[in-house]
Amino acid sequence: MSSMSARRGSRIGRGMAWAILIAAVLVTVFPFYWMVRTALTPAGDLFADSHALWPHHPTLINFKRVLGMTSAERARAAGGSGAQINFLWYTLNSIIYSAVIAIAQTFFCAMAGYAFARLRFPFRDALFGILVAALMVPPIFTLLPNFTMVKNLGLMNTFFGLVAPSVLMTPFAVFFLRQFFLSIPKEVEEAAVLDGVGRWGAFWRIIVPMSRGPLITIGLTTTVWAWKDYLWPLLVGRGEHTRVLTVALGVFLQQSPNTQPDWTGLMAGSTLSVLPVLVLLIFLGKRLVQSLNFSGIK
Amino acid sequence: MTVLTGWTSGEAAAPSRDGHGAPARRPRRPRDDRRVAPLFIAPVLIGFAVFYVYPTVRGVWFSVTDYSLLNSPSYVGSDNYSELLHDDQFWNSLKVTAYYVGINIVSQTVLALGLAALMHRLTRSAVLRATLLLPWLVPNVTVGLLWAWLLDANLGFANHLLHSMGVGTVSFYSPTWAMPSVALVNTWAYTGYTALLLYAGMLQIPQELYESAVVDGAGEFRMFRRITLPLLRPILALVLVVSLIGSFQIFDTVAVVYRGSPIPETRVIYFYIYQQAFTFFHMGYASAVAMVLVVILGLLTFVQLRLLRASRSDLG
Repeated sequence: MSSMSARRGSRIGRGMAWAILIAAVLVTVFPFYWMVRTALTPAGDLFADSHALWPHHPTLINFKRVLGMTSAERARAAGGSGAQINFLWYTLNSIIYSAVIAIAQTFFCAMAGYAFARLRFPFRDALFGILVAALMVPPIFTLLPNFTMVKNLGLMNTFFGLVAPSVLMTPFAVFFLRQFFLSIPKEVEEAAVLDGVGRWGAFWRIIVPMSRGPLITIGLTTTVWAWKDYLWPLLVGRGEHTRVLTVALGVFLQQSPNTQPDWTGLMAGSTLSVLPVLVLLIFLGKRLVQSLNFSGIK
Repeated sequence: MTVLTGWTSGEAAAPSRDGHGAPARRPRRPRDDRRVAPLFIAPVLIGFAVFYVYPTVRGVWFSVTDYSLLNSPSYVGSDNYSELLHDDQFWNSLKVTAYYVGINIVSQTVLALGLAALMHRLTRSAVLRATLLLPWLVPNVTVGLLWAWLLDANLGFANHLLHSMGVGTVSFYSPTWAMPSVALVNTWAYTGYTALLLYAGMLQIPQELYESAVVDGAGEFRMFRRITLPLLRPILALVLVVSLIGSFQIFDTVAVVYRGSPIPETRVIYFYIYQQAFTFFHMGYASAVAMVLVVILGLLTFVQLRLLRASRSDLG
């Protein structure tokens, strides 16, 4: 009798636990749903549809106008400020910015991480110590002098100035990859080195293929970091040609009239900033969720 | 700085003629890897020297100068720091940031711990985890815009919801609600991510512990308190410190939602630095404020590195 009631109790408990998880999913997803819904709503219907779960007259005009596919007059008629906006260009900029930084940074940091883990050379541990100490310096601190340097070198609003501080390395990526390389048994590459492929060959033919997991982890987290980056691109890449999505969204909000922001256009632009990561999540979601693991740092 | 680069170029320029002289001999292992090492570390060392070491030194120098971006920095000793002590706006920004961090970290950690525990005991679904991760993948700028729209005073869905539940209108942008709103929005954005980190930590706990506890008739809450929490502690501490470091650096959400001019109640320290540097061009003063942040975050990072080492030995 008592065991039966206990089981019933646990079944109710499980039901409640699932209800909480489902509620968490709803709270997570709803703002995104609302974003898409608003983007599909004509600006004129914003008030009438303010809490309709689906717009009464769904339209793609908001996407067309933020992508610069309509004339200024039509865009203004649809609720825009009429200013030239081209989110297609900004999206491309964001994709290139993220991809270049992620690929180059992972590549260079893997090489250095390997050197710090395996190669013997003078000052190795001292250098690595300084590198780890740099983890303690918050980005805003180096951002101010980096800004003045990029400005003085005349690299404002250039792609080079935009990627320069993060394209070669971050201390964390070197640290993370070095810790992983340390966990690979030495014997694995020792044989290859003696076979005459050298350190370089051993790194490329043995270590890199073995470390696909951690390399993808660093690559993906760097991609996400760069995709979300705002302050640096805002400072050095505000110009039309180097403007990334996050900066463009901020500029777009500032351009809209003070009384009521151009919400339908903003939500269309926001949707563009979500779509690529959604694709990333669909194709690499499993890998991504598995890689979020502190105990991976060994 | 000079030591680092000088050493690299010196090594790279060193002649390497080994192996050419005596082909008959078995290739001897060099004493160490100083000939190939520069190749491996050169890009990282250059990046590190130019964009980390040099600006760190310059940042410290800026903080004791008067520098407006237009003139060249002129040394003023500790003036910036003594000004700091009497700057109400600076203290306000610290207070506001602390308030934000408090709300954000407590709500986020409690919710994430709960979600992680539920997932751990109920499901291994990767789809569920990926879904919860979505807000973390989205730029903070986008998060800010989504919620600025949801919390909009006139047409926002949040107030519609509150209305239909019989609660009156809440003005989320008022001095009272502004900071809690921003904090909870970022809690929304980071709870899933934090939950996944904690969940990964829970997976390290041996399953047998739960099985034998069930045999002993322990309930879920008891198991959570007696098994999950104590064994998760190293990971939990680490996640907490990492979240704290991130939380102190709140900027994007505030800067975007308030269109570059936040009300005093939301002017967090990162924004104050930004404003001093790029609105008023007080580079020197901004660097001094940033130094304060360096000290706070430096201490936290030090703890983090300690915990990283500790968690390694704990979970083997």
